[in-house]
Amino acid sequence: MSFTETFLNWDVLVSSLPLLLSGLKVTLLLGFVGILFGLLLGLFLALVRIYAIRPVSLAAKIYTDVFRSIPILVLLIVIYYALPFVGLRLSPFMSAAVALTLVSGAYTAEIFRAGIEAIPRGQFEASHALGLGYRHMMADVVLPQAIRIVIPPLTNNCINVIKDTALASVVAMPDLLKQATQAQALEANPTPLIVAALIYVALLWPLVVFVGRLEKRYRREER
Amino acid sequence: MPAIVSIKNLHKSYGSFRALSGIDLEVQEGEVVCIVGPSGSGKSTLIRCINLLESYDDQGQVLVDGVRVERGKALRRVRKEVGMVFQSFNLFPHLTVQENIVLAPTRVRNVSPEVANSKALDLLQRVGIAEQAEKYPGQLSGGQQQRVAIARALAMEPRVMLFDEPTSSLDPEMVGEVLEVMKDLADSGVTMIVVTHEMGFARQVADRVVFMDAGKIVEAGTPAQIFDHAEEERTRLFLNAVLGHKDEKRN
Repeated sequence: MSFTETFLNWDVLVSSLPLLLSGLKVTLLLGFVGILFGLLLGLFLALVRIYAIRPVSLAAKIYTDVFRSIPILVLLIVIYYALPFVGLRLSPFMSAAVALTLVSGAYTAEIFRAGIEAIPRGQFEASHALGLGYRHMMADVVLPQAIRIVIPPLTNNCINVIKDTALASVVAMPDLLKQATQAQALEANPTPLIVAALIYVALLWPLVVFVGRLEKRYRREER
Repeated sequence: MPAIVSIKNLHKSYGSFRALSGIDLEVQEGEVVCIVGPSGSGKSTLIRCINLLESYDDQGQVLVDGVRVERGKALRRVRKEVGMVFQSFNLFPHLTVQENIVLAPTRVRNVSPEVANSKALDLLQRVGIAEQAEKYPGQLSGGQQQRVAIARALAMEPRVMLFDEPTSSLDPEMVGEVLEVMKDLADSGVTMIVVTHEMGFARQVADRVVFMDAGKIVEAGTPAQIFDHAEEERTRLFLNAVLGHKDEKRN
């Protein structure tokens, strides 16, 4: 068998494509859910961390530290295989969504916190001194700067969340990777795996390039 | 004529530390007042109370154009009338030089963008950097940034300009260009309150020099009175230390 017949077999590709696309849909949905709820959780944690009273703020800090230390795969397996022993049985999709959200929330919390705290006090003071009201201060001075700071690392985090969705295949969730391994077993040919890998790259490469460009542009403007 | 800034019995404490204890100061329209004194004497705190970047204790009062400076509706009205230039410039780094200057007039004074833009260019001309209008603050030198900050404050057409150590974070070779702009402002009749370590500037430009130490005004008077005939021992010690040090450096 030639190289192309083995790794890029057109017939295998065509017959496994529906399965791969259904897997891609699940991957995208899981990524979307993890990113969205991770963002909300992260923003909430960041605000708590900065503005809440001491013990609550400390709890938020401990949360972010713990969930940045735990490997997602470990967390996922604990949620899926251990929680049923205490009567909490989540579907593969729910388990994966919860694990991704909990971890992504911890990372985005740190990103948001850094973004807000990175705006120097002098920016607020200059706004006050000029007589800008709270609304204009936030809209024209603080948020544009905070968003610039936060967008590149947030995009990086999105990339990580989408990558990490692949871990869900270990709890039998029919995502892109799982479907690709299924198709490979079915066809006795690795082409679906290669195609799945290419799909991941095609999905994330633009985001990686986007982050790189943003970071470069912001660095230039800062000087 | 009523004073444009009137400070009576101003106190400010952080916990048990008394940053200001019983300051009285009146500044007339068109006057240039320089506040000098050792670090930690409360100079910056004092001028930051004038536009309430620092709060002050209840028993004292600060009036700007007859309006008490306090939290509430009147505060923004006061801040519109009081321009401020900071030691660290505090320009908005995400906006161009021109946008920095135009922002507050269009947002706070509802000046039309066309008017605000042409005024911004006039002001940049006045501070000598008209050609930098499209640049971002980060592309300018410290001295240029501080001149933009002065133009930004002037764009609001304030009744008083506060300068909080405007040259202290500048490289030595850039101090002169900023002082030059400030001197022009003073000559054109702008009311200025300047916290500074530049004794030469104070002597040359101030109508009145105020010497502060340990949260109090030790003495105030014309530059000649303070620099040549200080009555208080503390004033003389401070000036000797500062000016003597300078002379040594020169030799």
